[in-house]
Amino acid sequence: MASATEPPQRVGWLEERLGLASIRAFLAHKTVPVHAQTLWYYFGGITLFLFVIQVLTGTLLLLYYRPSPAEAYESVQFIVTRVQFGWLIRSIHSWSANLMILSAFIHMFSVVFLRAFRRPRELTWLSGIALLGLALGFGFSGYLLPWNTVSYFATKVGTDMAAAVPVVGHGLARFLRGGNDVGGATLTRFFGFHVAVLPGITTLLLLAHLMLVQKHGMSSPQRAVEEYRRKGLPIPQMPFFPNFFLRELMAWYAALGVLGSLAAIFPWELGVKADPFAPAPAGIRPEWYFLAPFYTLKLIPSHVWVFEGELVGLVGFGLLALWWVVLPFWAVNRQGEERTRLVTGAGVVLVAYLVTFSALGYWR
Amino acid sequence: MDEPRRNLLRWLLGGGFSASLISFLYPAFKFMNPPDIPEASVNEVSAGKVQDLKPNTGKIVKFGSLPVLLVRTTETEWRAFSAVCTHLNCTVQYKESSHQIWCACHNGLYNLNGQVVSGPPPHPLEAYSVHIRGDEVVISRRA
Amino acid sequence: MRYGVLAFLFAVPLAATDSCLECHSVLEGRLQAPAKAFANDIHARFGFSCADCHGGNRNEMDPETAMSKARGFVGKIPRTAVPERCAHCHSNASLMEKYKPRQRVDQMAQYRTSVHGKRLATGDTKVATCIDCHSVHDIREVKDPLSPVHPLRLPETCARCHADPAYMAGYKLATDQFANYRKSVHWEALAKRGDLSAPSCASCHGNHGAQPPEVESVAAVCGTCHVVMEDLYKKSPHQPVFAAMGAAGCVVCHSNHEIRPPNVGMLAGPNAVCSQCHDATSAGGIAAAEMAQQITSLEKALARSDEILANAQQSGMEVSEALLRQREGREDLVKAAVAVHAFETAAVQKPVNEGLAIAAETYQTGASALKERTHRRLGLSVSLIAIAVTMLGLWLAIRSIEGRTTPSS
Repeated sequence: MASATEPPQRVGWLEERLGLASIRAFLAHKTVPVHAQTLWYYFGGITLFLFVIQVLTGTLLLLYYRPSPAEAYESVQFIVTRVQFGWLIRSIHSWSANLMILSAFIHMFSVVFLRAFRRPRELTWLSGIALLGLALGFGFSGYLLPWNTVSYFATKVGTDMAAAVPVVGHGLARFLRGGNDVGGATLTRFFGFHVAVLPGITTLLLLAHLMLVQKHGMSSPQRAVEEYRRKGLPIPQMPFFPNFFLRELMAWYAALGVLGSLAAIFPWELGVKADPFAPAPAGIRPEWYFLAPFYTLKLIPSHVWVFEGELVGLVGFGLLALWWVVLPFWAVNRQGEERTRLVTGAGVVLVAYLVTFSALGYWR
Repeated sequence: MDEPRRNLLRWLLGGGFSASLISFLYPAFKFMNPPDIPEASVNEVSAGKVQDLKPNTGKIVKFGSLPVLLVRTTETEWRAFSAVCTHLNCTVQYKESSHQIWCACHNGLYNLNGQVVSGPPPHPLEAYSVHIRGDEVVISRRA
Repeated sequence: MRYGVLAFLFAVPLAATDSCLECHSVLEGRLQAPAKAFANDIHARFGFSCADCHGGNRNEMDPETAMSKARGFVGKIPRTAVPERCAHCHSNASLMEKYKPRQRVDQMAQYRTSVHGKRLATGDTKVATCIDCHSVHDIREVKDPLSPVHPLRLPETCARCHADPAYMAGYKLATDQFANYRKSVHWEALAKRGDLSAPSCASCHGNHGAQPPEVESVAAVCGTCHVVMEDLYKKSPHQPVFAAMGAAGCVVCHSNHEIRPPNVGMLAGPNAVCSQCHDATSAGGIAAAEMAQQITSLEKALARSDEILANAQQSGMEVSEALLRQREGREDLVKAAVAVHAFETAAVQKPVNEGLAIAAETYQTGASALKERTHRRLGLSVSLIAIAVTMLGLWLAIRSIEGRTTPSS
């Protein structure tokens, strides 16, 4: 039955049932442009890889973690001290969370500066921004789960800011906290968000994002396009399989090495169990990815004209976020010309703002 | 590519890949194997056998990270309190002669309800629950 | 006058009229001050009026009749008569029962036994009377933080006179007690930690019956809190010796006002108290040196464990249980310091040995934690090598696929 052109028996069994030929054909044809900025193409994959690490280590941690105020801290302590390699799994989970968010931001800014959001990739951008928001949600909800002093008060401060949003603030804060204060209800709720709600939404959006990327292929930056147009040549491409993929594997292995080293040399600390009745320790601040808006809010005076300072800050951030989300749409003018300098300028300003204010928030 | 180099490549890639895979999977499987003490004893602690403590005596038991004073007042009645004095954190003890809990550091006295009778302590001692399971004494946190 | 007497006898406060306050509150300066202050006075809260101390009639608006000497108005009460004036009510048990049943009524009796009371009886008006400590016109309850006799403010109140060399000139008394007390561990507990149970002047000297404790009763006074020390001291060889010498017990080594936290330097070294009496070669001197060495050895062992545990913790190892065990070790150090009061080395050796055992245990835990850290780093190196080898393999694979040329479309 087998002929020279048919695949061997065992592959044929799967082929008959799953019909993978079209996928294999697609992958064989997928290419990645090669130019000076190819390096930035890796960051999407790294973010994805780190997310997979989070799912795997998170699932392992789920085998021992208990989401109640009486047991959460103790269960994490148990994992770190008694469970074999518990220290490793836990530290990898905490470090990878931070590296994933950093990688997501790098990925986003590389898309901005290389203009990969241009038509027809607007939906890819939108789904990506949503994924970034989900990643921050993962970070915020996960941060509370060890139930130590820093987590508890950072959550308190964070949900207080949510309460300051106009109109919906109070309801929003109650929804997040599972009540009027941060407590056991908040912990259970955040746990539910962290292991069920957010992963579910993220999986769907991730599939959408990846499918859109496959559909539209990899975009090349304008400079490379023009350079090769002048030469009269098409932009060089490398096959995704195996060339780019092997390189990506190298990057992922490097990431694993970094994660392992961080976990072994700079393990994530346990902290002190949260005591809701104790006063907030001085200098409480959220995790680094929330530092810039946090510090900005601290700088705003308590009243700006007739409005409360915090309100002004939050509304400002809301508008800024909205403006950033619809970037692909204002990046082109009515004639369809690109507002190159505007976008680059906005990107540079945003990066500068985030870096500066995060640093200030950390050291002040 | 020539044979020896291809073999070298195969070995490096295959060997490295397997070794790295093992170094990732080994901890993961070890992690899933439950440790000897299967869970953190947060909410209750075994304080020995009923016969170990005579009536009108007390002993200190470790509860998680802090000491707890277990007092057997009569044949059938047991009490337990945090053994950390609320004045300056010394460890208290049971005084058989006066049926009171005493702190040697500055002569603080508590009654068998944990309330302050005399001396510098500002607050009462936190009470714990005691249950007898068979012949085992179990101390647990009050809900 | 009639109404004033009735109010006084039956203690029914006539809240409606108080002409004293009504007139004096609209006057100025010296005459207005008492009326303004009285709003905060506890006597006002119970419905008493100026007339209840100063005499006169609170229901009469006309100054002539309200402040009529014929009708009992006394005006400013002379200092020598102040205690009796207060005692008129405050020593009357059946009267006080109507307002504060549990309040003591023997203050006056105590005051008469005190140095202040005795000197006042001889006509010395410089000594403290009721109003000097409790204030006048705005007398607050002792538990009110603004009262001059609230535990946190009492030392300053005593010091107003007793720390003033100009005021105290003529009396054969030192004036450095407050300054010394301020350096003490009791003051730190009181003023900085807000521990209301910490002793201040009245705790040892009494309040109304204030006088210094007799030399032989010093240990008993300290022993109201420091029970274990007093017990040991009473059974120790020092007690009969100090009693025979007329030396004041605890004060000999610990001072009376400037009581500092005790340390090993009191047993041996340049500032040792033992060497003030005991020659280095005498039995006492040798015992002191030995006790100092025992305690120092435990301190050193605990410090060594602290260091290794801090090192382990700094590297990220989990050593919280060992750190708590150190707490027990430190308790043994305290017990050893207490045992010094038996003044024999065997008594000190016991807690020191227990503490040393704990320190050895925690040191072991720290050492194991560091070993585990090394173990982890070794494991990390192994996995990094595997990763590096794989990355090398991948790189070579890429090169072999692409040859030495750049990939083309």
